[in-house]
Amino acid sequence: MNEHAIRKDRDVPASSLGELRIVTTSALQNLALPKAGNTLLGFELPIEVRLYQQMMLIRLVEERLLDLFSQGLLFGTTHTSIGQEANAVGVVNALDRDRDIIWSNHRCHGHFIAYSGEVEGLIAEIMGRVTGICGGRGGSQHLCFRNFHSNGIQGGIAPVAVGSALARKDEGAVAVVFLGDGTMGEGAVYESLNLAAIFGAPVLFVIEDNEIAQTTPKNLTVSGSIVARAEPFGIRSFAYDGNDPVEICELAQEAVSYVRAESRPCWLYLRTERIGPHSKGDDTRPALRLEQARARDPIPPMRRRVANFEEIDAFCRSVVDRAVESAAAAAMARG
Amino acid sequence: MRVVESINRALHDLMEANLRLVILGEDIIDPYGGAFKVTKGLSSAYRDRVWTTPISEGSIVGMAAGLALKGRPAIVELMFGDFIALAADQIINHAAKFRWMYNDQVEVPIIIRAPMGGRRGYGPTHSQSLEKHFCGVPGLTVLATHEYADPGALLHRAFASRSPHLIIENKVMYSRPVLGAAALPRPPDADIVILTYGGCVEHAVAAANKLSEEEEIATAVVAVEQLSPFPGEDILSQVGNCSRVIAVEEGSPGWGFASECARALIGRVKHFSALAGPDHPIPSSREWEDDLLPGVNAIQAACIDLFTRG
Repeated sequence: MNEHAIRKDRDVPASSLGELRIVTTSALQNLALPKAGNTLLGFELPIEVRLYQQMMLIRLVEERLLDLFSQGLLFGTTHTSIGQEANAVGVVNALDRDRDIIWSNHRCHGHFIAYSGEVEGLIAEIMGRVTGICGGRGGSQHLCFRNFHSNGIQGGIAPVAVGSALARKDEGAVAVVFLGDGTMGEGAVYESLNLAAIFGAPVLFVIEDNEIAQTTPKNLTVSGSIVARAEPFGIRSFAYDGNDPVEICELAQEAVSYVRAESRPCWLYLRTERIGPHSKGDDTRPALRLEQARARDPIPPMRRRVANFEEIDAFCRSVVDRAVESAAAAAMARG
Repeated sequence: MRVVESINRALHDLMEANLRLVILGEDIIDPYGGAFKVTKGLSSAYRDRVWTTPISEGSIVGMAAGLALKGRPAIVELMFGDFIALAADQIINHAAKFRWMYNDQVEVPIIIRAPMGGRRGYGPTHSQSLEKHFCGVPGLTVLATHEYADPGALLHRAFASRSPHLIIENKVMYSRPVLGAAALPRPPDADIVILTYGGCVEHAVAAANKLSEEEEIATAVVAVEQLSPFPGEDILSQVGNCSRVIAVEEGSPGWGFASECARALIGRVKHFSALAGPDHPIPSSREWEDDLLPGVNAIQAACIDLFTRG
C-alpha cells in the first residue's frame, strides 16, 4: 500500500486572482454551449488560488445556510462540510468534469459546488424554490447536475457508483464515491468493494474520516483500520492526513490516473475534521475536541499562500449574497 | 412453448437488439444458465454482457441502477424472489427514486426478475410471494407474468418503458405451456369473477372450469398482469356488471392484492371475498404447503360460498 502521510511547508506563491467576472447561474444557463466549469470555480487561476476560491465559496455558502436556518428561512435538515472543504476541492479538481462521475452523500454541498459552481441552484434547492437544481424535489442531500449525484442513504450510493463506472468505462470515465467513517458500518460498501474489484470498475472510493458519525465518535463505531479496509479486496489504497487542498489534489490526481489507466478501483483515505455540527446545533463534542478540530481548519493556512485572499473572499461573498437574494425571490416549488 | 422458453427467447431478442444491455445475476452463465434455466444460452451468445455476480443481491441491484442511469440498461435476475428483501433499499431508495428526485434529469431502465411462489417444498425462505412489499412504491412498476398471456411480451413491454420494473415470475409456472388469453374462462354474464395473478391463475382457471361444469356457476377469471400501480379502472371494466367477486393470491393475507381489488370495487359489487396464503411462514412439508396455499378445491369452495350468499 502507498501511504502518503505528508505535511509539507510550501513557499507562498506569488499568485494573482486573474480577471474576475461575476457570473450568476441563471446567466450561465443562457450560454450557448453549456460546459462544466466557469469563472466561479476559477479555472483560469493558479492551483492554490483556484482551490482557495472554491473552498471559500463552499465555506461561505454553508455558513450562510446555517444562518438562514437560524433565521427560520430553511426547513428540513442540512449537513454542512465546514472544515472538510479541502477534500472536496482537492478530489473534484483532480477529475475531468466533462466525463467523470461523482456520487456523494448527505454531506454533499462541498462536492457539489466544487464540481458545478451552481451556488444559486444549490441554495434555491435547499430553500425549496422552483429554480433549485432539482426543482425543489431533492433538497440538500438529493442533488443532480450533469454527472453529479447525491443521495441521503448511507452507503447505498456505493454499488450505484460501481455500476455507473462500468457503464462509462469505455469512454475512459472514472466514478468517484464519497463515503465517511460512519459509512464504514454499511454492508453495501463491502459488497461494492468486492464487485468493483471483480468487474474491474474504475471507481475511486474517497473516505472522509472526520472521526465522528453524527454524534458518535469513531472509536465506538469503527473496528480495525479504515485505511486498510480495501486492501484484502486487492484494491490499491492511498491515505493522507494533512487537510492541504493542493496536496489532496495531487494525491487524488495520482489515484484518478491509476483508476483511469488500469480500470481498477482505488481507495483514497482522507483524514479530516468536521468543524461544524452534524446538521444544526447538534454538536455534543467537548470543547477541547472542537478546539482540536478548528486547529485543522484548511482555510487559514491557505490565506498565507494566497496573497489576495481578501479580494477572493469579497468575490465569494458577493456570489453567495446574490444567490440567496435570487433564490429568495424565486417561487416556492409546489409541484 | 413453455413459459421459461418464452422469457428466455425475449431475453435473447432484447440482447440482440440492444447492444448496451447487460444481464446480471447469480449463477446465470452457462452451462448452468440460472437456477431455473431462464438465462440458458445467453452467456454463450453474449459473453461480454451476461455477468455472473457474487451473492450480493442489494449491490447487484444498485450496480444495475448505476449502469442504467449512465446509459447501459440492465436486467437483474434474483435467484429466488425471497432474496429481494436484501435489495429493498436499492429498489426503494435508489432505483425507484432517482428519476423523480432528480427532477426527471435521468432515467433508470432496469428490470428485476424475481421467481416467487411455493408448491415446490422449498420451505420458509424459498417459497414466498413477497411482491406486495414492493407494490405501492412510487417509481416502480410491478408486473406478474402468467401463462394465459405472453411472458416474453411482458418483458419487452417492461424494457420499452425505460423505467424500473419488477417482474414476478412463478417457479412452478416456468414449466407450463404458454396458453394465451383465449384459454381464460370468460363466460358472458358470469355469476362470479375471480381476480388473481401469477401462479394462482392456473388454479383459478381449473376451479372456474369445474364450477361451470359441476355446479353450473358461470365463473370468469381475470388474470392481472400489472400489480402496481394498481390498474383499478381496468379491473372495474373487466368485472363489468358481475356482483360477486373473489380475489385470490398466494402471499400472506392482508395489505395485498385482495385489499387493492376491494378498494377498486368499493360500491360496485355486492359480494366480495378473498383467499390468500397463510399468515405464518410456508412449511417445507409439500402436502401441508398444498393445504395452505389457495388451490383448486379451496377456490372452488370459496366461490360456492360466495354464490350461496345471494
